[in-house]
Amino acid sequence: MTTIDHLNPPTGHMADNVVGFARALRAAGIPVGPGAVIDALNALQAIEIGNRADVYATLEAIFVKRHEHMLIFAQAFDLFFRAAEDWKHMLDSVPLPDHAKKKPPPASRRVQEALAQPSMRDETEQVQEQELRLSVSDKEILQKKDFAQMSAAEIAEVTRAIANMKLPQAELRTRRYQPDAKGLRLDMRRTLRSSLRTGGEIIDIRKLGRIEKPAPIVALLDISGSMSEYTRLFLHFLHAITDARKRVSVFLFGTRLTNVTRALRAKDPDEALASCSSSVEDWAGGTRIATSLHSFNKLWGRRVLGQGAIVLLISDGLEREADAKLAFEMDRLHRSCRRLIWLNPLLRYSAFEAKAQGIKMMLPHVDEFRPVHNLTSMEGLIEALSAPPPPHHMSRIRSAA
Amino acid sequence: MSTSALPKSVDGMLELLTSRGYLAERSLATVTYLSLRMGRPLFLEGEAGVGKTEIAKVLSAALGRKLIRLQCYEGLDVASAVYEWSSAAQMIAIRLAEAAGDTDREQLSSDIFAERFLIKRPLLQALEPDVAGAPVLLIDELDRADEAFEAYLLEILSDFQVTIPEFGTIRAPHPPIVIITSNRTREIHDALKRRCLYHWVDYPEAERELAIVKSRVPNISAKLSQQVVRFVQALRDQDFYKSPGVAETIDWATALTELDARSLTPQLVGDTLGALLKYQDDIARMQGDTLQKVLKDATSED
Repeated sequence: MTTIDHLNPPTGHMADNVVGFARALRAAGIPVGPGAVIDALNALQAIEIGNRADVYATLEAIFVKRHEHMLIFAQAFDLFFRAAEDWKHMLDSVPLPDHAKKKPPPASRRVQEALAQPSMRDETEQVQEQELRLSVSDKEILQKKDFAQMSAAEIAEVTRAIANMKLPQAELRTRRYQPDAKGLRLDMRRTLRSSLRTGGEIIDIRKLGRIEKPAPIVALLDISGSMSEYTRLFLHFLHAITDARKRVSVFLFGTRLTNVTRALRAKDPDEALASCSSSVEDWAGGTRIATSLHSFNKLWGRRVLGQGAIVLLISDGLEREADAKLAFEMDRLHRSCRRLIWLNPLLRYSAFEAKAQGIKMMLPHVDEFRPVHNLTSMEGLIEALSAPPPPHHMSRIRSAA
Repeated sequence: MSTSALPKSVDGMLELLTSRGYLAERSLATVTYLSLRMGRPLFLEGEAGVGKTEIAKVLSAALGRKLIRLQCYEGLDVASAVYEWSSAAQMIAIRLAEAAGDTDREQLSSDIFAERFLIKRPLLQALEPDVAGAPVLLIDELDRADEAFEAYLLEILSDFQVTIPEFGTIRAPHPPIVIITSNRTREIHDALKRRCLYHWVDYPEAERELAIVKSRVPNISAKLSQQVVRFVQALRDQDFYKSPGVAETIDWATALTELDARSLTPQLVGDTLGALLKYQDDIARMQGDTLQKVLKDATSED
């Protein structure tokens, strides 16, 4: 067993490798401080490096502090140490990933991008660059830019912005009570207990007020071909919401309806989206809004629309088979929730007119009709969710219809 | 009310239920038997009117146990589900103590938080010892209560005890037989379902439904009962918003016998459809050709 020297950690190829690996982890989103790197080097000294599994376990024990980082770590480790067969010498070249034969697992894109960054740069330089990359004017441009016309890098920025969005806190008054000094209801039990301190004389009156809770949200998301550019970002948005509040149900529909609520509960967005994709069969196929709404109303409506739920219907409404059935199902959906908000990326065109038959059918049955194609409109949506519902806000719809 | 021993087998359970006029599927009898043997709550989910609540009533009657029912609703809290202090009685007690000149505060607080000031609600009643044996606790339509109540219930169902801060802990000597029903107006949390034995109660097939109608509506003619069951079974194949349950079938059969019907006619069905279908959209769909077709199939002699 070697002694561990904290001041003079081991150097050489192994040190370079571990530092490089830590950098890759950091770039992939796992917070790794310099202290952890020194710990890792010492730990590797302490074990007899003989096989891959031991090294893996050691590094994982030091670098991974949260369950949701395990997957990213596993991928990064595989890519980084792929060619290092000789564990005694841990090769110092960083093998860049070639394209995997099978479908890349979730989070791998992030890890690959992280590894592909030139590793010989100074860390601080990178940090500064990160801050400079988004100057004020860029941010403004990004706010207004249509999701459909963004490059991969911009999408990444937007995803980050979405993850940091302040989420709505539209409070619904529930029928349960909790102690509240400003409440309106007398809490006899606590009042009596406090009166015992004064020998049974009631001096301070304790009160109860209603508990407030964010309203449940049910999102119905169109994943047909015409919506494909927006789908992924909406899912990021919904994932961010799902993280922050318990009661969010998400359904995807193309030609059929799929409930992906549980799939979205994974902490890591990539992992969540990957498990969504695997549970949906008709990704970017056609749309059958009426059929999908029908199965939602029949199978799920009564199960998820209780407790004053707000429904977000995210679709462009381009339905070929628009008939009375569509209007009927929309009407049913509208009547079984507290608020129905239709988000339509087509509204980005200022000259948008409800000409398509499907849109005309659906419009009379929604409380709000909003654009949702860039960051500004998403923030607008959040504000709308936080605000108290306008009293049947139909003026815009009437003008559009 | 005589106490009978718990059934010793699935067949025993089937017999017990049948003797009380509850014609259960074997799978339901099995899961009920297991829940009694293992002392685990029984969690029944299914459409309205398939006999979820009924099984608790039948069990309590057949076993001679007391039935304690807790009907859930939004906003249900500890004060209405478990216990509450009777503050009016407590205040009177305080005034009396004052009038008698007692000024010992310790004494006073232990006096007014005594059991006689405790108002016991269903869940607490279910934990109390009973001469006839542990009661049957029916928690009806749990999906209507809020999640917070569910969490509280989980605690009670795991160790069958309630702690009252001012009073102490009340523990059940024998855990009650717990039956929870849900109509799925929202999903119940996994944690609670894990504690229970789960069973989805489905609509019965034609043969069983016919037996149910005959046992529940004894004076119905054989021909009419067959037509009624065929008609209802056909309705369930249609894509209705709310399909008729067994309860509706029994209601309808009763209504038809009250009207002295011998067999189904379009006029009769049209007039009494409200006993089967409870949504205007559904009733509107059952007019004209659709009604004729279903009726023709139901009344054809084969």
